[in-house]
Amino acid sequence: MAQALAIDGRQDFITTKGRQISRLKCDDDSIAGAVSQRACVYCGARVVLNPITDAIHLVHGPIGCASYTWDIRGSLTSGADLYRNSFSTDLKERDIIFGGEKKLAAAIDELVAKYAPKLVFVYSTCIVGVIGDDLGAVAKAAASRHGIEVIPVQSSGFAGNKAAGYRAACDALFRLVAPGTAAEAAAVGKDRSINYLGDFNLAGEAWIIRDYLAQVGVDVNVVFTGDASYGELKRATRARLNIMQCAGSMAYLASRLEETYGIPYMRVSFLGLADTADSLRRIAAALGGGDMSRRAEELIARETAVVQPVIDSYRAKLAGKKAAVYVGGGFKAISLIKQFRELGIEVVMVGTQTGRKEEYETIDSLVADGTVILDDANPAELEKFMTEKGADLLVGGVKERPLAYKLGRAFIDHNHDRKHPLSGFAGAVNFAAEVYTTLCSPVWRQVKTGGDLSG
Amino acid sequence: MAELKAAKSVSENPCHMCMPIGGILPLKGVEGSMVLIHGSQGCSTYMRRTIAEHFNEPVDVASSALNEKGTVYGGGENLKQALDNIRRVYNPRLIGVLTTCLAETIGEDIERLAAEYLAERGLTDLVVVPVNTPGYGGSQADGYYLALRRIVAALAVPTSRHDKINIIAANVSPADLREIKRLLVAMDIEYTLLPDFADTLDRPYAEHYTRMAPGGTPLADIRAMTGAAATIELGMTVAPAISPGQLLADEYGVALHRLPIPIGVAATDLFLRTLREITGRKAPDDLLAERGRLLDAMIDSHKHNFAGRSAIFGEPEMVYAVTRTCLENGIWPTVVAAGGAGDAAVSLFKAALAESPEPSYFLSETDFAEIRFRSAAAGVNVAIGPSDGRYLTEKEGIPLVRLGFPILDRMGGQRILSVGYTGTANLLDRITNTLLDAKHHSYRSKLYEEFYKGRRLHMAPAQAR
Repeated sequence: MAQALAIDGRQDFITTKGRQISRLKCDDDSIAGAVSQRACVYCGARVVLNPITDAIHLVHGPIGCASYTWDIRGSLTSGADLYRNSFSTDLKERDIIFGGEKKLAAAIDELVAKYAPKLVFVYSTCIVGVIGDDLGAVAKAAASRHGIEVIPVQSSGFAGNKAAGYRAACDALFRLVAPGTAAEAAAVGKDRSINYLGDFNLAGEAWIIRDYLAQVGVDVNVVFTGDASYGELKRATRARLNIMQCAGSMAYLASRLEETYGIPYMRVSFLGLADTADSLRRIAAALGGGDMSRRAEELIARETAVVQPVIDSYRAKLAGKKAAVYVGGGFKAISLIKQFRELGIEVVMVGTQTGRKEEYETIDSLVADGTVILDDANPAELEKFMTEKGADLLVGGVKERPLAYKLGRAFIDHNHDRKHPLSGFAGAVNFAAEVYTTLCSPVWRQVKTGGDLSG
Repeated sequence: MAELKAAKSVSENPCHMCMPIGGILPLKGVEGSMVLIHGSQGCSTYMRRTIAEHFNEPVDVASSALNEKGTVYGGGENLKQALDNIRRVYNPRLIGVLTTCLAETIGEDIERLAAEYLAERGLTDLVVVPVNTPGYGGSQADGYYLALRRIVAALAVPTSRHDKINIIAANVSPADLREIKRLLVAMDIEYTLLPDFADTLDRPYAEHYTRMAPGGTPLADIRAMTGAAATIELGMTVAPAISPGQLLADEYGVALHRLPIPIGVAATDLFLRTLREITGRKAPDDLLAERGRLLDAMIDSHKHNFAGRSAIFGEPEMVYAVTRTCLENGIWPTVVAAGGAGDAAVSLFKAALAESPEPSYFLSETDFAEIRFRSAAAGVNVAIGPSDGRYLTEKEGIPLVRLGFPILDRMGGQRILSVGYTGTANLLDRITNTLLDAKHHSYRSKLYEEFYKGRRLHMAPAQAR
């Protein structure tokens, strides 16, 4: 125990249920040398914007930043697939010395000539922030030269953490959706449709939700940003309500859309049966209830009748197991705690990369006494608390998976590049099936002992 | 052979990564070592993700987590705090400090900071190895050899002469490292293999987990590399300025033999022959039998292979070894792309490709858009390289034989064996079977189109409707 907590300053980021949750430190920079699982500002911006399918995503920086983020998310498209490329100005030493603005302008010109896009995002990286290239000026000149939108994304890696990248992405999106013409301005909030914020259409998840909402009678105007196109995004302000799944990445955009255009927003979650049903009910109610509420109830009853027996059959096999959760955002962690409860599994450790104070308070109110709650954890802490708390399973991303397996524990991928949906009724079944697959695999029987060969 | 250099201002889908990720790997192959990336948090996280997914292993790499304040006023304090924290949690014997674009651009003097740190804390046992790896300064292959050179430079001390051979390994798989060790043991040769991540990045499951993986080249062995009988460096494409073998030769007079990675008959022969020249020991019959089996395998598959037109890409050293192996087997290298290869490497590739009777393209600074375009135009039917080559499969239907680093979309990157006679036979089977698979999938429809449907159309167009 003493060893893991030996990192100066980490004590304040860890608590156990039963102590004062309000004192938990979060939303702060990572501590030097702590092997944080977090990425950077650029990463946050890139993952939010990348699902926009017909945009050019151009990284102004050295090759690595583009290399590590090429086709990084399993966001699906119904049309264009330009977003699955990774473009880079590939800055070299001479560019660092003499500045990279000319190279950036030439790169945009080449890409416009080759792909004729309507929209180009230009991401800044660490060194661009240091050498001071004027991204805004280059973007503006290129936009007027080509008659398209070129949006700078201020995402220098060192200027905060991943959450700052979400904000940079929201800034870019807010700029993009601004009504340009008088007719567009007059149409603000006049449509009967809604926007769906914070779903990146991983494994088609946004399509699942769009279908549910269609059955309720709700038209989805645009998804931020799963399977979104330039044309759709330009019409975003017509909607009369925003619903928001991933609050970590989208809360800032939602509140700016409310402040500026008077479009209200509400939080939803489509992870797990209870949250999915509850969200559908609340959306129907927010849009006036009546027929919509009736159709929502019908959908919930219909889907639940199919799905509940399957979930129950898994529950019978899983009851009594313990889970640990380490994911990107607080809202996802909250949903996962509830979802595990549906499966009869107790969460004994829960942490996030970018969770916020109010989310940790909700987490605290949901978990049992003794549960460890921690922000911005590192491998040593994950190892220590999973072991101490006897977690049978960890939920996390790619970096956490080998650690869980080396500790002989089951693992659930809640990462960007998964190929099965975890949202909605269909996703709840996938989740339960994956929990079963990993917890009840016969491999664990073999790894418990060293066989009769040692000693 | 045509040599091409992209004259573009934009890279479309990179086919190499940056220097620091290359620097992490050798540091993971040194006993009791930890790595610190001096820069913003994202760099270490992205690199950890890539390495963890390739090896399917936990990869702990710390970051100095530079923020705005550190960027403006200097990151020295962050760096020292990071070293403190790493020592507390991991208690390493060696810490490699790799810089990033950010640290280099703000002018961090890691050499001085590391020396200051050790003096301030009064540490005499800990070794800190600073390595300048600006992300814009080269590819991962440059970072790999430079980190090795700095490790050797930091540890090397004058040693009395001994019989061991230094083997400087290229970035091959843990399975390949184990195979190299097996060959040396079979020849009864004592050696120091650097780096040695055979165990650290392919760790056996054990009941008790330790934060530092057991294994790696012992520090004492690295110190004694200066007294070795000779160095064999698997690094034909490596510039002398970043070569660890060159350093041992220049400063300690250790004879240097630069060899290609022993993949293919000729390269494995050369490896074993060089060992014999240095030590006087012959390859035992078992190894000669393996050689015979490889020749047998090559004959068995030679006609299938002769239909191969390959695109080969990845780190220059691996690409060079695979290019030579393809040439040995008539799988004509058609598009060869080695991101970041220097001038010396370019002439090596030119000389190798001159052996091919078929036209070939060599791309030294390139991206996957270029590789795709050239491969499609030249009728490439098999791609050999890391996972990003799946883009060629997806867009052009060219099947990919996964090899090299990183492999992110398949299991077992750490277990792929390609070196030595046995490894070469494995690699060759994988390539041949990929060609056979592609042929099997298309031959019925192709022959139908060409000789049945096509003929009818040609001879009696009215009936074809």
